[in-house]
Amino acid sequence: MAFDPRREEGRPDELRPPAAEAEAIWKSFGRTKALQDVSVSVLPGECHALVGRNGAGKSTLVGVLTGLLKADAGTVRLYGEPAPAPGDRAAWQERVACVYQRSMVIPSLSVGENIFLNRNEGSLVRWRELRRQSRQLLLEWGFDLDVDQPVAELSVEQKQIVEIARAIAIGARFLILDEPTASLESRAIERLFERVRRVKANGVAILYISHHLEEIYEICDRATVLRDGKRIITAPVTELDHERLVAAMVGGDLARTIREHAPVTGDAAGRPRLEVRGLSAQGPLGAVEGVSFAVHAGECVGLFGLRGSGTSTIADAVVGLVKPSAGKIDVDGDGVGYVPEDRHARGFVPTLGVDENLTLSILDRLSRFGIISGTRRRDAADAMSRRLQIVASSGDQLLSELSGGNQQKVVVGRALAAEPSLLVVVSPTVGVDVASKEALLGVVDQAREDGTAVLLVSDDLDELRICTRVLVVRRGEVVRELREPPWDRLELISAAEGLEAA
Amino acid sequence: MTDAALEHVEMVRRPVRRVLLGSVRELALVPAIVVLFVFGIFTSPAFFTTANFSNTAQFSAALGMVVVAESLILLTGSFDLSLQSIYGLAPMIGAWLIVGKDAQGLGTKWNPAFGILVVVGIGAAVGLFNGFMIVKLRFNAFIFTLAMLILLAGLQQGIVSGRTIYDMPPSFIYLGGAYWAGFPVSAWVTAAVFLAAALFLRYHRTGRAIYAIGGNLEAARAAGIKVDRVRIGVFTVAGALAAVAGLMIAGQVVAVTANQGNNLIFTVFAAAVIGGIALEGGRGRMVGAFTGVVLLGLVNNVLVLRNTSTFWIDAANGAIILIALGLARVVALVRT
Repeated sequence: MAFDPRREEGRPDELRPPAAEAEAIWKSFGRTKALQDVSVSVLPGECHALVGRNGAGKSTLVGVLTGLLKADAGTVRLYGEPAPAPGDRAAWQERVACVYQRSMVIPSLSVGENIFLNRNEGSLVRWRELRRQSRQLLLEWGFDLDVDQPVAELSVEQKQIVEIARAIAIGARFLILDEPTASLESRAIERLFERVRRVKANGVAILYISHHLEEIYEICDRATVLRDGKRIITAPVTELDHERLVAAMVGGDLARTIREHAPVTGDAAGRPRLEVRGLSAQGPLGAVEGVSFAVHAGECVGLFGLRGSGTSTIADAVVGLVKPSAGKIDVDGDGVGYVPEDRHARGFVPTLGVDENLTLSILDRLSRFGIISGTRRRDAADAMSRRLQIVASSGDQLLSELSGGNQQKVVVGRALAAEPSLLVVVSPTVGVDVASKEALLGVVDQAREDGTAVLLVSDDLDELRICTRVLVVRRGEVVRELREPPWDRLELISAAEGLEAA
Repeated sequence: MTDAALEHVEMVRRPVRRVLLGSVRELALVPAIVVLFVFGIFTSPAFFTTANFSNTAQFSAALGMVVVAESLILLTGSFDLSLQSIYGLAPMIGAWLIVGKDAQGLGTKWNPAFGILVVVGIGAAVGLFNGFMIVKLRFNAFIFTLAMLILLAGLQQGIVSGRTIYDMPPSFIYLGGAYWAGFPVSAWVTAAVFLAAALFLRYHRTGRAIYAIGGNLEAARAAGIKVDRVRIGVFTVAGALAAVAGLMIAGQVVAVTANQGNNLIFTVFAAAVIGGIALEGGRGRMVGAFTGVVLLGLVNNVLVLRNTSTFWIDAANGAIILIALGLARVVALVRT
């Protein structure tokens, strides 16, 4: 007889074993120690927050708890029993379900079919039965959805409901919600909380992962903070005040402020190079509403916010990749240099060489009647190569053969080649080594000193050190402006994550 | 739960409105078919006759069979260009093994029943091979099946040195040549295969798995569907269906030519796509693919009855396909 997580449903929650229990988990990837001696337990009827900055080990822990990763050491118990064998996907699915940010539904099928996909007994699908059961399940759990509607027509919020309903239908009573509010608007978030409370009241255990700390205080009972692969603290949220929580995430041993930058006033008196007024836009990485700011020559303005907060959307709108629904964007001067976030998709042409990539944006200057002068191109590329300390065997080496750091240098170099009056840079040092990071930030800082206006979008505190001013964006709005370096880490994170009290 | 809510739960039939809305894409070609039909009646007195419909059905049967095969693969989000070469090569080898040397055979003179088994077996084997290479070894479906198309067509030419195999035994050509109740057996069989495929896709869990895989492969895998097995299975079945289609056409023309199947795949894709089978997978139904086959069959029939020069028929076909695609696009836009 198959194991059924629901079998003890009649008993009071406190008498039942934890829905999930990870004990002394160790996990390494190569030399990176992703988890070190981490223990966590989630009780039936509990909403347990898992908190930590990027790279703290949250995803690895989720992988271990869902059976997608095998721990190097330590044990996982679900509902008081040893976890299923690593390869037994069906058994894992009956016990735990994870609702990821990336939607795992099938758009071309109906709501009902998604809920009961591949769950029918026998080889034939009984549609009436499927429709009746899914409708009943949705009603019982208070989910308001039409079982016949194709999932393709649903909103992000509704797709999430389908995934939760599906997990419940399979029988899992342990749900992991990974950043469930990331792409929801505020009323949808309220409704999500309502649903979380309802499934909780029915004895379902929830592991709740979010960067928005205020949510944790709203619906979670306990919180576990991870940092650098270690568990720092587990406590009821009522005993964790904001300061303690942020301190646990950021770490006390780190310098509280980001390395100092001499205050720069910029050419504030003149006309701004970039002026954004009342910008509203919807981009793939979040929406923004009513955003206004200006960037002057010789200034580097940082836009700091979590992923999905809308910072990337602002950058996309400024460079014209996203059409604003309201507001005005004025760029003064000639040309905008752009260093996109996803350099593989938008940054460079992997099948062309270093020189060609560096000069893609200035071909008109290097050619006459459409014929490109090889010497002039080489000279221009060489100068840029030296400035950025690009390491390549020759100017003809293909971009696909370079390291991530050098690829990114080429992307920045191309943006600067046209000598733009405004430079828009999105997370320029993601995934590059330390030396390249210094070189990249140095070049951007030099460009600013030479009079370029720079807009730097980042969720990496370290990148902000070259900024002369920082705007913090949360949920599509500018919530804080910091004018005087040095920047205070706690202040930045608190503002970005919605903990104004810190 | 309140009584009203219970009543709501008991209401398990799909609302009519939703059923109709869901079928709009499938039925998009129906008006075009009606127009062609009326046009046909006014074109020629020979159009509205049993003999003509019987001929048209026979003409479309083999094509329809390959359309079912390709549609199944398309629904999983892949495709196989080499179905047209299976359609040529499989019956060629089957016939080659059972006819005498004087009819361009190998001279082994095998039992025809065994020959038919060979035909189906070759189709399934090539399908299995393609499926395995694309699913397990991750070959690009386009370039791999294109290479297979060229290779198999070359084998088909080479085996008989470009000549035609004829003088095949009655049992071998029965499927393509015989009649039941005044209609060709091939038409009955293709209609039955369409119906079976439609029911399978709608009611069998593997049929639903095909839609799930084409709709979102990772989600299907996460739901515990044996994705690779289903995909390879679909390639295999499609190969076998294409081989049977080739047997039909061989029976119709009572010969297997060295270039049987040439250019067929374009018409197959056209019929499937104008019938609403999405190239990106996961969307479309057999009833739609069926209307696609019927439309192309009628177009050809009307052109022939109008004594259109054969040199112009391809151009007319191309134009019709473009118009049908345009209509389908309009329907899609109206729906959203």
